[in-house]
Order: sequence, then C-alpha cells, then structure tokens
Amino acid sequence: MSVAKPLPHDSARLHVTGAARYVDDIPVPADCLHLCFGLSEIARGTVAEMDLSAVRAAPGVVAVLAAQDLPFETDVSPSAHDEPLLADGTVHYAGQPLFLVVAQSHLAARRAARLVRVEIEAQEPILTIEEALAANSRFEDGPRIWQKGDARAAISATPHVIEGTIEMGGQEHFYLEGQAALALPQDNGDMVVLSSTQHPTEVQHKVAEAIGVPMHGVRVETRRMGGGFGGKESQGNALAVACAVAARATGRACKMRYDRDDDMVITGKRHDFRITYRAGFDDEGRIKGVEFVQYTRCGWSQDLSLPVADRAMLHADNAYLLPACRIESHRLRTNMQSATAFRGFGGPQGVLGIERVLDHVAHHLGRDPVAVRVLNYYAEAHAEAAGASGGDIFPQEEAVDSAPDLASRGAVAAEPRGDGPRLPETAQTTPYGMEVADFELHGITRELLRRCDYAGRRASVQEWNARGGVIRRGIAFSPVKFGISFTLTHLNQAGALVHVYQDGSVHLNHGGTEMGQGLHQKVAQVAASRFGVDISRIRITATDTGKVPNTSATAASSGSDLNGMAVRAACDTIRDRIAVFLAERHQADPHSVIFADERVQVGGESYDFAEAVGLAYMGRVSLSATGFYRTPGLEWDRVRGHGRPFFYFAHGAAVSEVAVDTLTGEHRLLRVDILHDCGQSLNPAIDIGQIEGGFVQGAGWLTSEELVWDDKGVLRTHAPSTYKIPACSDRPDIFNVTLWDGQNREDTIYRSKAVGEPPLMLGVSAFLAIGDAIASCGSAYPALDAPATPERVWAAIQRVRHGV
Amino acid sequence: MDITFLLNGETVTLPDVPPTRTLLDWLREDRRMTGTKEGCNEGDCGACSVMVSDADGARALNACILFLPQLHGKAVRTVEGIAAPDGTLHPVQQAMIDHHGSQCGFCTPGFIVTMATAHLNGARDHDVQLAGNLCRCTGYAPIIRAAEAAAEQPVPEWMQHEKSFFLPEISSGGAGGRQPPVAQSFRPRNADDLAALYTAWSGATLIAGATDVGLWVTKQLRELDPVIFLGGCDDLKHIEIADETVHIGAMVDMNAMGAAMERLHTSYAAMIRRYGSVQVRGAATVGGNIANGSPIGDNPPALIALGATLHLRKGDTRRDVPLEDFFVEYGKQDRQPGEFVEAVSFRRQPDRLKCYKLSKRFDQDISAVCGCFDIKVENGTVAGARIAFGGMAGIPKRAAHVEATLTGQRWTPDTIAAAQAAFDADFAPLSDMRASARYRLETARALLARYFAEDMGETVSVREVSA
Repeated sequence: MSVAKPLPHDSARLHVTGAARYVDDIPVPADCLHLCFGLSEIARGTVAEMDLSAVRAAPGVVAVLAAQDLPFETDVSPSAHDEPLLADGTVHYAGQPLFLVVAQSHLAARRAARLVRVEIEAQEPILTIEEALAANSRFEDGPRIWQKGDARAAISATPHVIEGTIEMGGQEHFYLEGQAALALPQDNGDMVVLSSTQHPTEVQHKVAEAIGVPMHGVRVETRRMGGGFGGKESQGNALAVACAVAARATGRACKMRYDRDDDMVITGKRHDFRITYRAGFDDEGRIKGVEFVQYTRCGWSQDLSLPVADRAMLHADNAYLLPACRIESHRLRTNMQSATAFRGFGGPQGVLGIERVLDHVAHHLGRDPVAVRVLNYYAEAHAEAAGASGGDIFPQEEAVDSAPDLASRGAVAAEPRGDGPRLPETAQTTPYGMEVADFELHGITRELLRRCDYAGRRASVQEWNARGGVIRRGIAFSPVKFGISFTLTHLNQAGALVHVYQDGSVHLNHGGTEMGQGLHQKVAQVAASRFGVDISRIRITATDTGKVPNTSATAASSGSDLNGMAVRAACDTIRDRIAVFLAERHQADPHSVIFADERVQVGGESYDFAEAVGLAYMGRVSLSATGFYRTPGLEWDRVRGHGRPFFYFAHGAAVSEVAVDTLTGEHRLLRVDILHDCGQSLNPAIDIGQIEGGFVQGAGWLTSEELVWDDKGVLRTHAPSTYKIPACSDRPDIFNVTLWDGQNREDTIYRSKAVGEPPLMLGVSAFLAIGDAIASCGSAYPALDAPATPERVWAAIQRVRHGV
Repeated sequence: MDITFLLNGETVTLPDVPPTRTLLDWLREDRRMTGTKEGCNEGDCGACSVMVSDADGARALNACILFLPQLHGKAVRTVEGIAAPDGTLHPVQQAMIDHHGSQCGFCTPGFIVTMATAHLNGARDHDVQLAGNLCRCTGYAPIIRAAEAAAEQPVPEWMQHEKSFFLPEISSGGAGGRQPPVAQSFRPRNADDLAALYTAWSGATLIAGATDVGLWVTKQLRELDPVIFLGGCDDLKHIEIADETVHIGAMVDMNAMGAAMERLHTSYAAMIRRYGSVQVRGAATVGGNIANGSPIGDNPPALIALGATLHLRKGDTRRDVPLEDFFVEYGKQDRQPGEFVEAVSFRRQPDRLKCYKLSKRFDQDISAVCGCFDIKVENGTVAGARIAFGGMAGIPKRAAHVEATLTGQRWTPDTIAAAQAAFDADFAPLSDMRASARYRLETARALLARYFAEDMGETVSVREVSA
C-alpha cells in the first residue's frame, strides 16, 4: 500500500533539474503583453491629479488603464467588496495600485510605471493601534467579545494575579516565487487564467466579475506555486484580474508578475497583534481565570481579517483548560497593506498570548514552566472519542444566502445557529464551548521531555548561567493544540475527478493546489492505495476549475483531509464498478474482489490491474468518476463564539535551547526537539518536512523577521536585504523531529491529521527560550516582545538588570 | 559589445549586447531557459544562482545582478546543465530527492547549482556555502542532509570538464569599445588601459562585481551610459603579502580577500564569511566596497583599524591617502573625476584585530553596527588603539576620542569603562529599519567590553557554545 510510505515529492525530479514550470516559466504567445502597477507613495489621501501622458508615451507601452477605464466593477477583495483593483480617487495605503501599465516587456512596463506625475492630497494616516482606537477605525461595529464563566470574579478570588502586554510583529510570506498570473483570451469572450494561487475558484469568480461573464466563461489553472503560506489565498486576485482585464481589452495574452519589492509593498502580511492579559491563579500555578484583549492592525481593507482575528480568539486557550475566560478582540483598520492569511491564520498570535501568560505565571511563582503548563492542560483523551462525529454524516442541507464571495474565508457566516452540540455536564470545554475529546499532549509531553532530557539540560543551563558570563543559555518547552477545519463551516467540502484509462494509468484532479506541501503526492498515494497499484500509475495534473468546480482555498491545513477523502470516494466508485463487473463475470461476490499489489483478484482468478481495467472498458463500464466530501459534525456560531468549529485538534510539542549574548542581544538556536502528532501519517517524510519547515518559519517570525513602517506609513523593509527570513545557519545545530505514534480519533483519511499550520507554533519555544536566558540576568520578568531581534533582546536585558 | 562564453558547454557569441542586460533576463527571456529563477532580483536569495568558471576555477554567482559582458571568456553552467547529457542526475540532485530537500521547488535550482559548485570545489562548510540561498519551505535541515550525503560522492565525470572549461584564448583577446546602439561600454585589459579610458570618459560608471551597481539597474531602473567593465583588468586582482606590507588590488574579490585574511587576521576573515554570501563575495571586490562610499560597507572599518592606505590613480598620476580620509561625508569621497581605486594596503602587524558585526540575521545581512578594534597592549598598558565603526555615522569612522581615552592607560575594566563613556564624543548614530540610535551607541560601547573580555579569555560569542 502506498499510504504511509515516505515517498519523495511527485515533482522532486523536476525541481532539481529546473524543469518544474511555474507561471512565469510557461511559454507564452509571441505577442504576449506584460503588466505593471503604478503605486501610491502616500498612505492616505485623495488623488488630485494623475498625469499619465509620459507613461503612455514610454517605449513599448501599449495601454495604460486607470480606475475609470475599467469596463465592469473590478474588485479584488475576497470578502467585503472593498478592494478596487485600482484606486478610485482615494488612497488607503502606500503601495496601493493607482494605474495599470500594459507593455511589450516586463521591464518596459516597470520603467513606464515610474514616469507618472501624480498629485495626492495627503491626509494624516492611521497607523498605530492608538490612532485607530482614537478614530474608532475598525472592522465590525465594535470589539468581538467571547466569554466563558465570569473571568473577573474568578481572577479576584485567586491569591496571585499577573498583568502584562505582549506585542508581536507581522510577517512577510516571502514565498520564493512572487505573485504571478497569465491570462489567455479565448473565443466567445472566454478567458483562461494561469495563476499562482491557493484559490483558483476565487480567481475564477473575481475574473468573471471583472470581464462581465458568468463563471463558466473563465477557467483557472494552477499547476504549482513556489510557496504560498497563505500569501496566495487572496493576494493573487489583483494580478489575475489585471491580466484578464488587459487581455480582454487588447485581445492578447497578458502576464503579470510582481518584482520582489513591489510584491512586498503591495501585498498583505501576517497580522501583527498586541495582546494584554490579566490572569489569576493558585499557589501551584493553576489558572482560575484569564482576560485577554487582542488588538490587531488589519490594514486598509477587510480581506480575511475577521476569520483571522476569530482564530486568534479560538486559540487563546492553546492547550489549557481555562475555567473562566474573557477574550475581547479589536480588528483595527489602518492605512497599511491589508493584512491577510499566513500559515496559522491568527492561531499563532492567540497561542503566543496564552504561552506568555503561562511563562509569566511560572516566573512569578518560581516554578518550572513545564510543570505549570502540564498542570493547566486539558485532561487526557479517553480511548473513545466522546461527543465526536458519530451521527449523521450528511446532515440536512443548510440554507446559505447567495452572497457573491461564498468561496472565500472572508465571507461571514450569516446567523447564529443554535447552541451547538449538547455536551455532558462533566465535559471539559474550550472557551468557545467545544468539548476537547482528543487531547494528546500529556503523552506527547512526557515522551518528549524524556527523549530530550529536559530535566538534565535545564539543570545544566541553570548551572551555566549561575557562573554569570557574557553568554547565557535558555531552554523552553511549548505545546500546540490547533483546531482543524475552516471556521466558515461551508468551506469544509471538496471534490475530485478521477479517470482510469484503458492502459491502467490513472489521471486525477482534486480541488487542492500544490504549493510545495506535497498535497498531490499524498493524494496520489491515497489513490494508489484505493486501487492497490503502484504510485507510478497515478498522475495528478494542474488544479483546474474546469475539472473540479467550486473549490475552497487550499488553506487551513485542510488540503489532504478534504481532498484525500474526495479522491478516495471517486476511486472507490470506479473500483466498485470494476469489482461488480468482474464479480459478475466470475459469479463471485463483489465484496470478495481484492485490489492489491498491482493485481485484481476475483473468484480464484488474478488479473494484472491494466488487464482488469481493459476488461471493464470492453464491458462498457464507466471508468471516470467524481468524488465529494464534506466534514461531518461541525456547528459554529462565530458571533457568540460558541459551538464546534473544528473536526479535531492536531497536537505537537517542542523544546528549544538557545544562547544569548548579554552584551549585544545576539542569540542563536542550539538545539530543538519536536514530537508532533500527524495521526497516522499519509507520508512521514513529507510530514516531517512540514514540521521542520514550519518550525523554522515560526522561529523566524518571532526572531529575525521584522517589518518596519516609517511614520508616514511607508514600509521600509521591502526586500530581502532589509527583511530577514531565516538563512541556512539559523536552523538549530541539533534538530530532532519525530512523529507521535498515534492515529486520529476522528474518521479522517487513513486516520491521518493535518500538518500544514500546527508546527509553525512550535517556534514559540525558541522565543520562550530566549526569554528564559534573559531572565537569568536579573529578577524582573523579561516581558520580551516579538520579533526578538538582538535589539529587543538587548532592551529586555536592560529591563531585567536595571529596570529600564 | 560582442561577447563570447560557454553556456552548458555550447559556445555562445552575442553581438552588440546591451551592457546592462542581466544574465538572468537573457536566459529566461531570450534563451527561454527558465530553470534559473528570479526570486528577488537583487542578489539576496540565490534562486538565480549559476556556476561561472574561469582560470580561477568555478564559483556560484547570482545571475540577476550579473551583466552579460561580465561573462566574456567564461563558462556558465545553469541548472539545466548540472545533470549528465543522458539525464543521469548529479549526486547533489539525487541527494536532494532522496532527502526530501525540495518542497515548493522554486529555490531548488539555485540550491542545486550552489551545491554542485561546492561539490566540485570540495567545500564541505555547507552553512557557509549555502548562506546565500534562501528557502522558505524546508527549514534547511533536509538540504543540509542532502549536501552532506552528496559530499561523500565523487565529482561526476561530466563535471570534471568544468575545471578546464574557460576560454583563455578569448579571455586574453577581449572586445574593445565599439559603438553599439544601446550604450557605450568598454572592457579595459589592464590598469593602464583603464586609466586612459577613465580619463577620457570620466563620467562612465565603473563596474567591478556589479553587486551594488546591479541594483541601480534592476531596482532603480537606471540606464548607465557609458560603462567600463573592470573584469578584464587582471593586474588589479593580486594580493601581495610581503614582509612589511599587504597590498590588495582593487579587483580582488571578497572570497579571495577572506582566504588571504585567514592567514593574517582571523577575526576579519570570520567577518568576511558573513559578508553577503559566496555568490556575492565571488563577485564583489575590495575596491568596489571602498569606492562606493557606503557607510555600512564592512571592509572599511576593518581596514581603517589596520591603518590602511588607499592607492588612487588618475591617468598616470597616483596618490595615496589614509583610508579614513577618503570618506569625507555621506555620499562624498576624496576622489576626482577619472580617478579610481587601484589598491589598498596595510602594514604587516601582529594580529590584534577583532571585527564585530551586529545584524538581525547572522548570515548575509547588512550591519547595523560593525565595530573593528585593533588595540595593542604592552606590559599591561595600552600602547596604541585604532578603532573604526560602520553604521555609526554617515561614513565609516574612527572612534578618535575612545582611542585617546584608552591610549597609555592600564588594560583594566576601569579603563574600558572610561573609554566607553567617550563614545558619545565620537558618534551620534541614526535610527533606521536596522536599529535604533540608542542600540547602536550602547552596543558600540558593549563591543569594546567584548574586546576586553575576549582578550581575557572569556567566551563572548553565541557561536562558541553548543547544546
């Protein structure tokens, strides 16, 4: 069976030979045109005058389009229809596209775009949290507030109370392949778009709207992306729409790719957060009540900010049972790039908030931070998952309104939907009322601490620090419990299309996109297992809205859960047809037909798979099928913050050790040990790759990756020369990643678990370890902010030492 | 300008190339060879890495900031040329598959080329070799595992040829200044040629490694005309280590400079390993790093601390200036039109130099502060001190007050404390996206304390400890 084998990525050979094609590598017609946006340098204001004559006259320019030249409503927002492709007279951030240049080459378009003479009447931009609060500049009417019990009363009844604030920066995706799209006009006004997007259906929808055709007139194809990380869930819309509009206007193929600096200046990033907290706890560190206020700067448009902020609230508990809890969330509108999806989608920010609280509690009591954490854990899961998905797999259809952006996470669930599943009185619930029935972290924690000799190493770190040298060490543990499902329930569906050809080769498509995460490989392994054939028989081609319609974004770690199940359903349909056909031929029971080891066995006869397929073809059996899947058991009311938004939880834990230079704040990650729960892994090599990569990306977010805007709202870190993602030597010298030997308690594809996002949050352990080293310099709590650049670390050391 | 080079073993002659056409654009747009990727277009990500060989051997370079004329007479190998002609994979390619070293695959061609170059050169310091290749997916661990595995395999037969791949006959031939339609460009073959040309065309842009000028073209979209490519000036590429002095030609690249400093000033060499990346150091030159006048270049503080002299030339006139005097103010150097940096030199001296570079990321990051200290202690007393900083002023600048406070004093913590107070008299740094003024000033003081602690035998670097 293919499933569970550590097979290489299906494109690995293409990657290493340079033969893997990305959008910008696809051969284009000779007369293909190239696009570039002209950008606002002002963060907020109104366009008084825009003189495009020099742009139009520049060499190689074919057309220049401004907002008034667009034929239809041209909005590129995934949610609130608040993102005109080109500024409509009002400028909302520095970097906003003002006009579109269509030229004979990429360079000609870039050169021409700089020749504009534009006059913007600047207004004072709203940039900081304070400015946004003062101006009541926000999305939604006011803060979203979720409560469990009476947190204030619970806190006041405890002997210990701590308060604090943590600031955490945003994060640039820095996918190595910048945003890109190519539009190829067809006859009858149709459009084919090749897009580097995690969400082909949304690109299809936005393009259709922009060129005034129904969705059936637009076909979107995505073979692969050079990295996505959430940055291509909605941010590719603008390029695809621009290409389609220009292609419609010129009748020629149009391609657009952002230069790296443009990409970083135009597109949204991870949301930065400020989280204030107040927690009450007993002498041992058992938390009785906690209050959070989460502030996030969403930038100029809504994009996906509401569900991002929701997910930050949904992860304010991380792995801990909070008896009483109040979470207040402010989604602030600022004159900056519109913050967007980024691996974890608000979860990492919520997790860092509660991990800060636990760290602070342990420091306050002088207890081991791991002991305090375990004390606060949810209880171990029982052998049987309680309150789980039993019941009706296909509940009654829910009515959905016909809002135009249904396929986007930015859409908002319409109405409260009842009280959610009824729980036993004794159930342990999250702050949003979901029972935690599959908690794995007790076992994971015990095993991880044992394997990495946490206790012994903690002692030697303390011993080292007691000597008082310039270089200090720190060690820290952090767990993650991450909720798996789109919180917009209707997105938890997927489709697949499988063809078996006469020669026994299998061609399949599904709704997910490949951005490097190995989704196609995992899904191909599922198909190979269903047919009992070698993986070489399976071919997955570009994700295509013409093959599988109405797809959800490949996001929320859901790719293999959803599409794996859809592909399984389609394969089983075909397999069962072949079985019925062969069983009839051999007077056997269809259930006795076995598909394994490249052969089909029926009634004592054994056929080569291709032979069996050939017979089925000759017998006029349909060898093509669709498959469909929807996640069962979900029920969620985001306004009240109550219900079961997640199918299950994925877990993991890490221990990081660091060294910190107390003179300069420089630091280095020395060793990391991770034990992570992928259920029964579909492909352990790919899963370990996701964990290693996710960890380093999470550690980068919290250490070296710093976004800096100046006081005019201009992003100063818009290139890899100034924005520093981890480099090779930033990975820990010792880096042990192991998969937890378990299986999903819910009925997922081969009992596996989603892996895309959860490991990113293990990077929190590196951040906490730096704090641990700083704490050795004095008695005050370091209260380190993120990212922990050398400067922030140095400043925290000064606070701990001198109180300044 | 006409140029000839080998591309994956095939001779390519290009007549009248626009002088600032990059190899990357030419490969992708003209040759439709799309394996080499554009990740940043400024030499910071390595996705466009290509292997370039000449008489000095093979090196990885960033194709995005490599102008076609710089390739004249050399051999270029792209990712498409790493496997054998029959499709047999190179050991680094096979290892990257076996160790799951690619995820999205976009950075992979650049990694493959850099790894194959390191493999050919027998380099096993993978963190150093790969510091210029960014990967956002893997966290690097599987890539390093692949590099380690491949290092155990011999250089495949088809790569052996690379060592004799360059075209010496063309190298020595060389194209002169013609009148191409696009822009005037020249390729002098020695310093005398250059001196004559630059006197005649003093408004020309000199291009040595193009690691800075490349960005004027790819990011600022400047049109340069005329340009003078210095790559043919072999007589500026020598490092001469004599009994008394060390003489470094302006065209010495930073990899060669680093190798030379290994033997003379190890802390300087260690800092050079963090200067750009192998790709950048393989192109960037010592002369370029000085002549561009950047306040954050990492060579000037080290060279000033060593008491270096700059050798300038205009036509047949040569003059020497102390390096620190070359930097007049931000954006202004003591250099006349038509005058160029021919060399820099310093006296042989006992190695008391320590170079400390502070940045957000350890590798391939521009310094927030670069402090270089050369403090001579005799019989427990400071006999002399030369201290210079980058990132602390509009120019690379000496800490004259700090030096004065130290000199003649006992080499004790009290002396250090007194000297730390003197930093305020020397520097009033700025705040920017790299660091605040306060951090710069306070860590500059701290680096003096680090120098003392290191001199006392203390562990002062996070690089010296392991778990």
